[in-house]
Amino acid sequence: MDLRFTASELAFREEMKSFFQGRIPAHVRDRIASGRHVGKAEWVEAQRIMNAAGLAVPHWPAEWGGRGWTPIQRYIYDEEMQLNHVPVPPPFGVHMVGPVIIAFGTEAQKQRFLPRIANLDDWWCQGFSEPGAGSDLANLKTRAVRDGNEWVINGQKTWTTLAQWADWIFVLARTNPEARKPQEGISFLLVDMKTPGVTVRPIQLIDGKHEVNEVFFDDVRVPAENLVGAENRGWDCAKFLLGNERSNIARVGTSKSRLRRIRELARIVPAGDGAVWDNEAFRLKVSALEIELKALEMTQLRVVAAERDHGNRPNPASSILKIRGSEIQQATTELALELAGPFALAYHDAEAEIPNGANDLPEGFGWADTAAPEYFNYRKVTIYGGSNEIQRNIIAKAVLGF
Amino acid sequence: MDFEFGDEQRMLKDSVDRLIGPAYDDLMARKRAQQEPSGYSEALWSKYAELGLLALPFSEEQGGFGGGAEETLIVMEAIGRGLALEPYLASIVLGGNFIRLGATAAQQAALIPHIADGSLRLAFAHTERQARYDLFDVATVARASAGGFVLEGDKSVVLHGDSAGKFLISARTSGGRRDAHGITLFLVDASAPGVSRRGFATQDGQRAASISLGSVELSPDAVIGTVDGGGPLIEQVTDIAIAAVCAEAVGAMTALHALTLEYLKTRKQFGVPIGSFQVLQHRAVDMFTALEQARSMEYYAAMMAGETDAIRRRAAISAAKVQINNACRIVGQSAVQLHGGIGITMEYRAGHYFKRLTMIESLFGDTEHHLRQVDRSGGLLEAA
Repeated sequence: MDLRFTASELAFREEMKSFFQGRIPAHVRDRIASGRHVGKAEWVEAQRIMNAAGLAVPHWPAEWGGRGWTPIQRYIYDEEMQLNHVPVPPPFGVHMVGPVIIAFGTEAQKQRFLPRIANLDDWWCQGFSEPGAGSDLANLKTRAVRDGNEWVINGQKTWTTLAQWADWIFVLARTNPEARKPQEGISFLLVDMKTPGVTVRPIQLIDGKHEVNEVFFDDVRVPAENLVGAENRGWDCAKFLLGNERSNIARVGTSKSRLRRIRELARIVPAGDGAVWDNEAFRLKVSALEIELKALEMTQLRVVAAERDHGNRPNPASSILKIRGSEIQQATTELALELAGPFALAYHDAEAEIPNGANDLPEGFGWADTAAPEYFNYRKVTIYGGSNEIQRNIIAKAVLGF
Repeated sequence: MDFEFGDEQRMLKDSVDRLIGPAYDDLMARKRAQQEPSGYSEALWSKYAELGLLALPFSEEQGGFGGGAEETLIVMEAIGRGLALEPYLASIVLGGNFIRLGATAAQQAALIPHIADGSLRLAFAHTERQARYDLFDVATVARASAGGFVLEGDKSVVLHGDSAGKFLISARTSGGRRDAHGITLFLVDASAPGVSRRGFATQDGQRAASISLGSVELSPDAVIGTVDGGGPLIEQVTDIAIAAVCAEAVGAMTALHALTLEYLKTRKQFGVPIGSFQVLQHRAVDMFTALEQARSMEYYAAMMAGETDAIRRRAAISAAKVQINNACRIVGQSAVQLHGGIGITMEYRAGHYFKRLTMIESLFGDTEHHLRQVDRSGGLLEAA
């Protein structure tokens, strides 16, 4: 047993850190560091810088831009990105549809889509959930019917993250309603968002932001060549994709950054004759969360080291990363909300439909209007990617043998 | 970055598991051992010695096997799983490490062979009624005298104090009652004039003692370490012991979780195994999550127990103890609840694990104490 990283791993960490700090523009990183959202332009700018340096898709096979890194190098890369407030490449391309195309796609699909995913020339979104198919994804109703050289899609997707920015959507659609099991009649299709019949309707979340959407398909005609994998075998792609979705879900680096910021701000937020940090009860909450996070980091390192030593053998510890990682992320937003105190009340959104006034926060509290929206928004992390209750079902079955 | 045991460690684990694993499978055998004069099985203790476990922490030059925190982890996990009664923590982890780190070469040469063969058992007589978890709160005094020192004071809950041949006793040689400086550690014969002990059973089926020291005369060579310099040594050895009980707790929780899963899959009510109910499955998953997070911190503690930067070591060991304490509570209480009535009887193992886990929570500092230690050490986020 040995906790230490090797000299070459430490050198790799330095290399990543200096790249992210030196090459990703400060205006982008500062925005994320202060708890604010970045726009599409910033995401694209950051990913293109990374792609030009060969750092956008290091986990892909070498012929498509992968780096052949060890699991530990990939872990360090992810962590340094989060610690240095870099916009992490949107997962819909590089972690979701990209690997599906690599695993199940045709050579033509790879040539056409993969370079554009790596460079974020195409922004992808995920057409999985439907009003009647959330945790029970296989219950999806969106239909695709073959008509000559085309598929005709009708139906509705929902919770589609950032569909308003998307050029393409990957869609699970039912192609055989007569199949023996619901999972067996589903296909995986790639759809250009500009196709006639595709309509995006925004859903405003409780933080006031436009992050997710409903996407409607009304006789949307898609070329047959946009089917990935075999007809009616789309569930294989979906399972593969959802397996990838869980990797790096622990977000240890992000939670570390948030806790560090809470520590810094608590020293300057006034309370009584001193600062919030003088209150031991608050400090002990911070310590308790840091301990939980350290345990999660160790669990993540156990998983990463086992992956290095034994390949992708299922590791029981990996299944708790989503549950604890999401709970800890939420706990950091709770602490920030508590720290903002009365100044969490002020609502500010430059794009809001309801006039929200000057948002005149006192000096030193410029950050405080992000605390409540972050807290509200982060309720999502125990819901998406398979709710934490679904994760418990998975562990009960796959690990505990129920 | 490596979380696996090496070949020699795996061999150690195999033999320890074979020895300790099944020894108390039968709770009646455990009860018989508790009825022996020492409160545990003398025969089993001899086997610990034969296997070399009692010489484990000492270096090869000292006559031992040079085992570190990871080897201790292997033994302590087995002790936890096996509900073992023997004084490994008291005599070897605490006592042995005081001798290894504090004693002179001459003291080591005189003591280690007897520790290793099982004939000499040590106990750490430190806790006092007012001290709670403050390691430096020592009111027992050692006054300088013509012949050396004279000890005066009382010590409480000395683990396995009633079967120990010698005590490691902390006493104040200078400074105020709660000063870190001015504490000295003495090795004192249990039979020395002025030493009296009253042994008692503990909640978890083990033994402890109260010790009174009335004008106990000691020669200068009874000092372990340096005069007035016992504080840092006590802190260091206690940290090693905390890492060890973290491992014991993880061993016990692993066994208790497995026992609970087995029960959920076999116990039938309403015509089905109760493990088919989702509410019980999710509770078992929460136990598993707590256990794996505890296991991660058990490894962290073992890897940080030898850290030379005392502040980093303090933060890491205390963090591990907090995590393990929380897990002891979650896993222990859930296991009893999921078992139902059988979980609160003396006839079944679950209750015995629960009791040991509960006592571990307050051993060497409870959750709040160690949370404060993490806070005072500046937390766990290293500079970016």
